[in-house]
Amino acid sequence: MRDVHVPDGFINAPVSAAAGVVAAAAVAVSLRGARKELDERIAPLAGLVAAFVFAVQMLNFPVAAGTSGHLLGGALAAILVGPWTGVLCIAVVLLMQGVLFADGGLTALGVNITVMGVVTVVTAHLLFRGLQAVLPRTRGGVTAAAFVAALVSVPASAAAFTLVYAVGGTTDVPIGKVLTAMLGVHVLIGIGEAVITALTVGAVLAVRPDLVHGARGLAAPLKLRVDGELVDAAPAPAPAPSPDGGSPKKVWIGGVVAALVLAGVVSFYASASPDGLEKVAADQGIDAKADAYEHATADSPLADYGVRGIDSARLSGGLAGVIGVGLTLAAGTGVFWAARRRRAQGDTGARV
Amino acid sequence: MGAGHAHKLYRRGDSPVHGLPPHTKLVAVLGFVLVVVTTPREAVWAFAGYAALLAAVAALARVPVGFLLRRLAIEVPFVAFALLMPFVVPGEQTTVLGVAVSVPGLWGAWNILAKGTLGVAASVLLAATTELRGLILGLQRLGLPSLLVQIASFMIRYGDVVTDEMRRMSIARRSRGFEARGVRHWGVLAKSAGALFIRSYERGERVHLAMVSRGYTGTMPLLDERPADRAQWAAALALPLAALPICLLALLG
Repeated sequence: MRDVHVPDGFINAPVSAAAGVVAAAAVAVSLRGARKELDERIAPLAGLVAAFVFAVQMLNFPVAAGTSGHLLGGALAAILVGPWTGVLCIAVVLLMQGVLFADGGLTALGVNITVMGVVTVVTAHLLFRGLQAVLPRTRGGVTAAAFVAALVSVPASAAAFTLVYAVGGTTDVPIGKVLTAMLGVHVLIGIGEAVITALTVGAVLAVRPDLVHGARGLAAPLKLRVDGELVDAAPAPAPAPSPDGGSPKKVWIGGVVAALVLAGVVSFYASASPDGLEKVAADQGIDAKADAYEHATADSPLADYGVRGIDSARLSGGLAGVIGVGLTLAAGTGVFWAARRRRAQGDTGARV
Repeated sequence: MGAGHAHKLYRRGDSPVHGLPPHTKLVAVLGFVLVVVTTPREAVWAFAGYAALLAAVAALARVPVGFLLRRLAIEVPFVAFALLMPFVVPGEQTTVLGVAVSVPGLWGAWNILAKGTLGVAASVLLAATTELRGLILGLQRLGLPSLLVQIASFMIRYGDVVTDEMRRMSIARRSRGFEARGVRHWGVLAKSAGALFIRSYERGERVHLAMVSRGYTGTMPLLDERPADRAQWAAALALPLAALPICLLALLG
């Protein structure tokens, strides 16, 4: 089963161009991030990791009765070499596949990089980080986090593709059907990806834990054998604070601003026309039935993605987007804050 | 890069198409594909015109038709998707060979097949007439960040090395009687993948040190500069410029 690269003519020109801008921005940001992480070693190291991803996609994992799958590698790259280098490697692999092997259309390159590179790597990385905050800091914990990160990253990429297709698809296949079909297949692929990713990360952890970006800080304290007894070695000089750990606040603020701007501005333009799913629903008369049931939260102030008491449909839609992002952020931050507090308490308990 | 680094799609030759500077060809292919994608799908004759243009380029580059057609197999997964469309897209129904299919679905399938195939064919022609190193340098001339160009060239340079390493590991497994038959054997394969990652990463570290010891500071010198003159640009852009009037006619018609 080969992973499917979007060809030319599948997504319309404006959306392809927009995806191209997103992909270019993501690659530019990743170049900066990776340069901080790997300094001038970046070209040979990222190049060799890209070659590894390229090769490992050809490693067949037999399932049964002649079918076999292979790694997509987004989650694996995110965990092994970090999100910045991961995005770069996948983007370069896709670029080379497009230019050298005619695999994936040139005008669809932005869509391919955004959907298969950026979404997969970023989803896997965020989930992996989030789970690491909750799970025990052991090899088992890292492997479990890798499993879940890979498991979710594949359907997330399929959902992102469906979203792109809903906005810019050249054919009006009902979005509901596309989503069901894509998710159904990709949940299965995701399970395979998760098993292989977790096993591979486990294999690297067993031999060279220092090479696993996601498991930094997992190394056991150095011991010296003196006269047949193990003695704690003198602590190594503290490593310089890692650049991406140095400014989590900056990254966080940047992300929040981007999300708010996107939610506000994009829904300002988008909310005026019904989305694909709503359109299909309206076309097929599902809407009428839905009216009879009425959504349970129809009375909430954000019902139907608009803010009550604001007349302009666009302004109200934009505002609803901003409020929605705010609420999601608040809920997410709350969960992580609670998880971190619990872990901090667990740590002090263990020390006593 | 010397001999032995040519990729699978490249066909050595000295046709006029081979001789064009790579970046002009990249621009030409991108322009051509953009024109194809913007053509309305109802203008069936326009796509025949585009196919004729590509056939002319293929003849000029002496790329055999069979070679071109074989490489089109890469889009098979999307052909399957396209073939499903007439059955899942709602809308006006019609009968083809006694089977009920939807008209918008047929148009959608045609749209994807025609544009996708023309795009792949154009890319195959580009790859068949341009060497690897030339393609990467062409991307650099077109403004791809030099760091990205370096990463890409390392990937290409060591892609075969890493793939061969993987094949040797596979031979080693098989010579010891291992044969992967099902999910139970994934552990062994994943250990191989892990070992492959470690070997690739360590090779990257060694390559970096070897380069530093030879004076590498983070940038690569550009040795084979091949600027394009006006005639070469004109020759390369003939393809998209010939396709443009077809597209305009189709848009107006």
